Amino acid sequence: MKDFMFVFRNDPAVMAGMSPEVLQTSMQKWMDWIGGIAAQGKLVDRGSRLADEGNVVRSARMVTDGPYIETKESIGGFIMVRTESLAEATEIAKGCPILSAGGNVEVRPIVRV
Amino acid sequence: MENQELIPHLFRTEYRKITAVLGKTFGLEHIEIAQDIASDTFLLASEMWGIKGAPDNPVAWLYTVARNKTLDYLRRDKLFKEKVSGQVVRNSPVGDEIDIDLSARNITDSQLQMMFAICHPSLPLESQIGLALNVLCGFGINEIASAFLTNKETINKRLYRAREKLRAEQVKMEFPDEADIESRLDAVLKTLYLLFNEGFYSAGKDITLRKEVCIEAMWLTKMLIENPGTDRPPVNALLALMCFHASRFEARTNPEGETVLYQDQDDSLWDSALISRGEYYLNRSSTGEQLSRYHLEAAIGYWHTIKADTPEKWERILQYYNQLLILEYSPIAALNRTYALAKARSKAEAIREAEKLNLADNHLYHSLLGELYLGVDEGKALGYFNTALGLAKSRADKQLLLEKIKKLC
Repeated sequence: MKDFMFVFRNDPAVMAGMSPEVLQTSMQKWMDWIGGIAAQGKLVDRGSRLADEGNVVRSARMVTDGPYIETKESIGGFIMVRTESLAEATEIAKGCPILSAGGNVEVRPIVRV
Repeated sequence: MENQELIPHLFRTEYRKITAVLGKTFGLEHIEIAQDIASDTFLLASEMWGIKGAPDNPVAWLYTVARNKTLDYLRRDKLFKEKVSGQVVRNSPVGDEIDIDLSARNITDSQLQMMFAICHPSLPLESQIGLALNVLCGFGINEIASAFLTNKETINKRLYRAREKLRAEQVKMEFPDEADIESRLDAVLKTLYLLFNEGFYSAGKDITLRKEVCIEAMWLTKMLIENPGTDRPPVNALLALMCFHASRFEARTNPEGETVLYQDQDDSLWDSALISRGEYYLNRSSTGEQLSRYHLEAAIGYWHTIKADTPEKWERILQYYNQLLILEYSPIAALNRTYALAKARSKAEAIREAEKLNLADNHLYHSLLGELYLGVDEGKALGYFNTALGLAKSRADKQLLLEKIKKLC
């Protein structure tokens, strides 16, 4: 079994523009999707959601605040899953509700030293 | 109360008190002597009260006899007295006169400390449950063996090793430090939760015994709530969930001793007083930031006390199961989540999710799929029920499956 990090990217404006009802439905879809991974015993870490604001430090003198260079690709959060292979992890990521909201999931194996 | 009811009743309530106080007095390493004296006290009670009738104040009688028996024992066994006298004298308020402190305060404290000692992280969970049944609930080896569906030798060995371990680790009867209380309380709650489940879900045939195990687990949890230091939200949530489950105790078996599934239960048999108690503790649990697995399970339990199938009910249950699984995976939660998914959304969606579960060696997994395929594909349903029947172990489970198969044929 290998561990993979799912990194969720989307345009922060998408969520900010949702009505409360749409937001609730979206939350429910996320819970169903993550709950489904957890039901298979494949969720290692529920991860965290990240707030939109933040700073990028490029050098001691160069600190830029968010939004970042490519706002449509802002990291919104992450989780960790455990599967047999990258292919299986990728298959799971295909069910992520972010895909129907214009975002994407990056699936990256965790390297254990 | 007649003698034949009075003594078992007092045994359930007073045995653990006497054992805990004497255990505290002698030190945990001499717990067996404390248990022997407590048992002897009840033996004498059943002999004497059988002839002369019960005394006016039976509890005071028991305490006096226990105290005298302890003093006799210390007088007879000089060596033991020397071993424990340092301890006894230190605990004694006046000089070197040996005193057995049976004040309400010390009784409560001793029981709580005994709970923490038994749920010590150095012991395997099944030993903790065994010791809890034996020391705190006064269950005999036979009863424990039948609750665990095993034999006397296994239980004797398990308890022996557990006591040895407590000695080797020099576990003391004391309250954990403030810094440790959360993690130690976690361990106690886990044991009480499993103790309750042992009674509630065990395949043991003795329903009275199983019910008693549940009641004992509830008593011990309540004791934690009555103590300000341990009256915390997860403890209240745990008692709430026990109350909700226990409210269905009468409804979940028919007079033939067979299991009645939730959807087939006669809800007039649900215990409304216990449901109200559950609601009371659920309210008390809803303070603070922490959302424990007991909170989620209590919330699921609460929604199950509402018989009507509304979309809201199953949506809530589904979301609580999602949260529960995200917190901690368990096969049973995964199966129950899938059932809730079928109720809240559709059988098709639940079947898709069920097929992803890697639980093919679990008979409940096949029962669930059988259930989901009912009305969708009866042939497949039958196939799943048959596979489940092949994997089921308990008589009650097999009976239930046979009935489902009969209906399909």
